[in-house]
Amino acid sequence: MRAAGGFVLFGLALGAIPFLGLPAFYETFLYLLLHAVVLATSWNILSGYSGYFSFGHGAFFGTGVYVTAALVAQYNWSFLATLPLAAGAAAALGLLLGAVVFRVRALRGELFALLTLAITFVLATIMLNKVDGGPGIQVMTDIPKLAPTASGALYLLMLAIALITVWSAYAVFYSRFGTGLFAIHDDEDVAEVMGVPTYRFKLAAFCLSCALAGLAGGIHAVFVSYVTVAETFSIALAVNVVLMSALGGTRHWLGPAIGAIVITALLYGFTAGQAPVLGRALVGVILIAVIVLMPEGILGKVLKHWRRKSATRPSSGTEPELVRAPSPNSEPILVVRGVSKSFKGVHALTEASFEVHRGEILGLVGPNGSGKSTFINVVSGHYPADGGSLVFEGAELIGRPAHRIARAGIARTYQVPRPFAHLSVLDNVALPPMFGRVTMDRASAEAEAWRWLEFTGLAGKAHVRPAELNLHQRKFLELARALASRPKLLFLDEVLSGLTPTEMDEAIRLVRAIREQGATIVFVEHVMRAVMELTDRIIVLTYGKPIAAGLPRDVMRDPQVIDAYLGGVHA
Amino acid sequence: MPSATLIGQSVLSGVFIGALYGLLGLGLSLSWGMLRQVNLAHFALAFLGGYLTFQLAARLDPFVTLAITVPLFFLAGVGLHWFLSRFAPDMLNTLLVTFGLTTIIEAAIQWIWTADFQRMESAYGAMRWKVGAFYIPFPEAATLLLAMTLCGAMWALLRFTDFGRAARAMTEDPAMAAAFGVNEKRLGYVISGLAAAFAAVAGMCLALTHTLAPVQIYAWMGVVFAAVMIGGLGSAIGPLAAGILIGVSEALTMALTAPTWAPLVSFSLLIAIILFRPARF
Repeated sequence: MRAAGGFVLFGLALGAIPFLGLPAFYETFLYLLLHAVVLATSWNILSGYSGYFSFGHGAFFGTGVYVTAALVAQYNWSFLATLPLAAGAAAALGLLLGAVVFRVRALRGELFALLTLAITFVLATIMLNKVDGGPGIQVMTDIPKLAPTASGALYLLMLAIALITVWSAYAVFYSRFGTGLFAIHDDEDVAEVMGVPTYRFKLAAFCLSCALAGLAGGIHAVFVSYVTVAETFSIALAVNVVLMSALGGTRHWLGPAIGAIVITALLYGFTAGQAPVLGRALVGVILIAVIVLMPEGILGKVLKHWRRKSATRPSSGTEPELVRAPSPNSEPILVVRGVSKSFKGVHALTEASFEVHRGEILGLVGPNGSGKSTFINVVSGHYPADGGSLVFEGAELIGRPAHRIARAGIARTYQVPRPFAHLSVLDNVALPPMFGRVTMDRASAEAEAWRWLEFTGLAGKAHVRPAELNLHQRKFLELARALASRPKLLFLDEVLSGLTPTEMDEAIRLVRAIREQGATIVFVEHVMRAVMELTDRIIVLTYGKPIAAGLPRDVMRDPQVIDAYLGGVHA
Repeated sequence: MPSATLIGQSVLSGVFIGALYGLLGLGLSLSWGMLRQVNLAHFALAFLGGYLTFQLAARLDPFVTLAITVPLFFLAGVGLHWFLSRFAPDMLNTLLVTFGLTTIIEAAIQWIWTADFQRMESAYGAMRWKVGAFYIPFPEAATLLLAMTLCGAMWALLRFTDFGRAARAMTEDPAMAAAFGVNEKRLGYVISGLAAAFAAVAGMCLALTHTLAPVQIYAWMGVVFAAVMIGGLGSAIGPLAAGILIGVSEALTMALTAPTWAPLVSFSLLIAIILFRPARF
C-alpha cells in the first residue's frame, strides 16, 4: 500500500505541471519522455520478464495509432471513445499471434524476434493498402479540456497511461504471475514441470504488453496529428524500445522507464542541437556498449549491491511439520499401463506396465538407456507418451499439460540440476509452492522455502545465484525445490551421482526424511548401496520394459537381472 | 489480366532481383549457420560497399572497384568476428550488437553521402539486350551471373575441400570438431571474412542496379532473411534458389495487384517458415 501511495503522490506532482503556466515546450518534451516510458515498460512486461524479445512492438503501437486515426478521421468518433478500441485491437492482435506462436515449442530468442519483425512489415503493408491508402491520415479532433492547453491535456493523458503501465509492471513484478514469467525466461520446460502455466502466462503478458502499447498509440495519433505508415511502423521504434529497456535493466520493473528517459532526452538533445545523425550513431554505440559491458542494465548493476541485504530470513525458523508417514501398503498411487515412447524409431519405453504403491520408496534401476529417465519425463509431462495410460490417484495423466500434473502433486528432480539461473536460491525454492498443489502467495511461499533450505542445509546460500553453488549444493537445491511443492509423489533422478561418499550419506538421510514427510518416492539410481539401503521395492527396466519387481534382495539375485546388467553367462 | 509479355518480363525481373537476394543472403547464411551469429550489419556493410563503389566509380570501372572493396571488407569481417566471438557470446546478443553497428554505419553513410538518393552513373547502366520480346539489362544479368558463380563456388568449396569438411564439422558440433583438430578460431575468421567479402560484391551489384539511400538498408532485411531461412542456414546454394523463388513471386504480385502489396509475399513466407519448421534453425 505504501507503493500505491507513492504512485499517487508522484502522479499528482507530475499532473500539476500543465497548470503552472510553463512554456508549451516543457509539456511536449515531458510528453515524449512519458510516451517512451510507456512503450519501453510495456515491451518489458513480455520481453524483459519472460525473455521473448519482440521486435514487433511498433506493430502493436501502430495498430493503436491507426485505429484512433481511422475512427476519428473517417468516422468522426470522439477521441476518448477510440482509446479503448485502440487498446483492444492491439490486445486482440497480440492474443491472436500469441495463440499461434506460443504453441510452437522451439520458437525462442532470435526466431521470435525475427517473427515479430516480419509481422510489423506485414501489418504495415496491410495498413498502407487497406486503411491509409498511401498519403497518410490527417487526425483533426477536439481534445478534451483537461488542462489549459491542448498539449497539456495530451500530456495528462499520457501521464495517466504511463502511471498505469509502470504500475502494471510493478504489480506483475511482485506477483506470482511475474515469478512465473521470470522462470519462463530462465528455463521454460522446468517452469512448466514445476506448475507454471507457461502458455497462459506468455499469452497474458503479451496481451497486456500490446494493450498498453495500443493505448499509447491512440493518444500519439492525436499528438502527431498526421500519421503515415512509414513513420508509425518504423523499425527504429522497435529497436529504441529494446535499447531503452536493455539500458535501464530488463529484470526490474523500473529499468525500462529509466532507460527510456535517458535515451529520449539524449536523442532530443541531439535533434535540438541540429545533429540528429550523430544522435542516432550514439544510440548504436550505446546499444553495443550496454550489451558488452552492462548486460544487466543500469538498474541491474545498482540493485545488485542492495538486494543481498534487503531480504532477510524470518525469525520464526520452524522445523518442517511432520506429517504422519503412512506405512507402505499395496494401495497403488500410480498405475502404469502399456506406456510407450519412442524417438524416431528408437523405443525408449515399450508398453511398460507397473504400479507405484502409496508411501513406499520404489527403486527404479536398470542399465543406461533402459528408459528410466524417459519414464520420468513422460510422467512429469515433459514428453508426450505415444500410448498407454498413467493413472495417478484415480485420474488419467496422459494428455494433461505438465503444469497440471505438477498441480496434482507430482514433482521431480533433474539428473543434471536445472536451477533458474537468474533467480536467487531462495526464489528458486519459493517458486514451486507458488504453483504447486496448494498455491501459496509469495510471503508464505518464501516462508516455506526457508524451511526447506534449512532442511537441506542451504539456508546460508539463500541469497546467492545458483551459479555460485557447487555440484552437491545444486543437487540439494533440486531436492529442496521438489520438496517445497509438497509432492504426493516424488521422482528422484540420480540425485547421488557425482557426490562424494560423505555427501552421499547426507543425501540418503535426506531421502529418508522426505519419506517421513509422507511422500511416495520413485528413486532412480545407479549407486546400488543406496538402492539396497533405501528402497522398499525394486523394479528393473531393460529396453524400456520392466523385467523384474520385488524386494531388493530377491530382485538382485534374479538371473534375468544379472543377465541384463552383466551380460549372458557363456559356458 | 496483363499480357503474356508483361508476365514474362515480370518473371525475368523477379529472377534478377532474386539473384541479389541470394547474393546478400549468402554471407548471412554462412555467418548464421556456421558461426551462430545473426549478423544484421551484413546489410549495412553491403550498402557501405555500394556507396564505396559509387564513390570509386568516378575514376574506376565498377567491376575493378572490387579489387579494393573485397580485401577491405574481408578484413572488416575478420574484425567483426573477433569482436562478436569475444563480447557477444549468445545469438540474441549478436543480433542486438550488429543492430547497433547497423545504426552506426547508417549514420556514417548519411554523414558522408547525405540521406538523399544517389545513383551511380556508369557505361553499363544503359546496356541491355533484346531477346525475343524481352529486354535483358546488363547490370541485372551481371548480378545473376555473379550470384550464381559465387554461390556455386562456395558450395563447391564446402563440398569438396578440406576447408569445407572442417567448416561443416564445425557447424554440426564446434566442440567435437575442435577435439578432432579443426582450428575453429581460424576457420571462424575466414568464414566471417568471406561473408563480409560477399557483402562487398553484393554492394557493387546494388550500386549497379539500384539507387542508394541509407534508409534502404532496412528494406532488404525481411526479404533476405526469408530467403536464408527458406534456403537453409549454412547453405550456399539454398538462399539463391529461395531468393529467386521469392523474387519471382514478388514480381508476379506486383504485376497482378499493386507494387505496394509486394512486401506481403516475402514476410508471409518468412512467418510461415518460422512457424511450421522452427526446428530447422
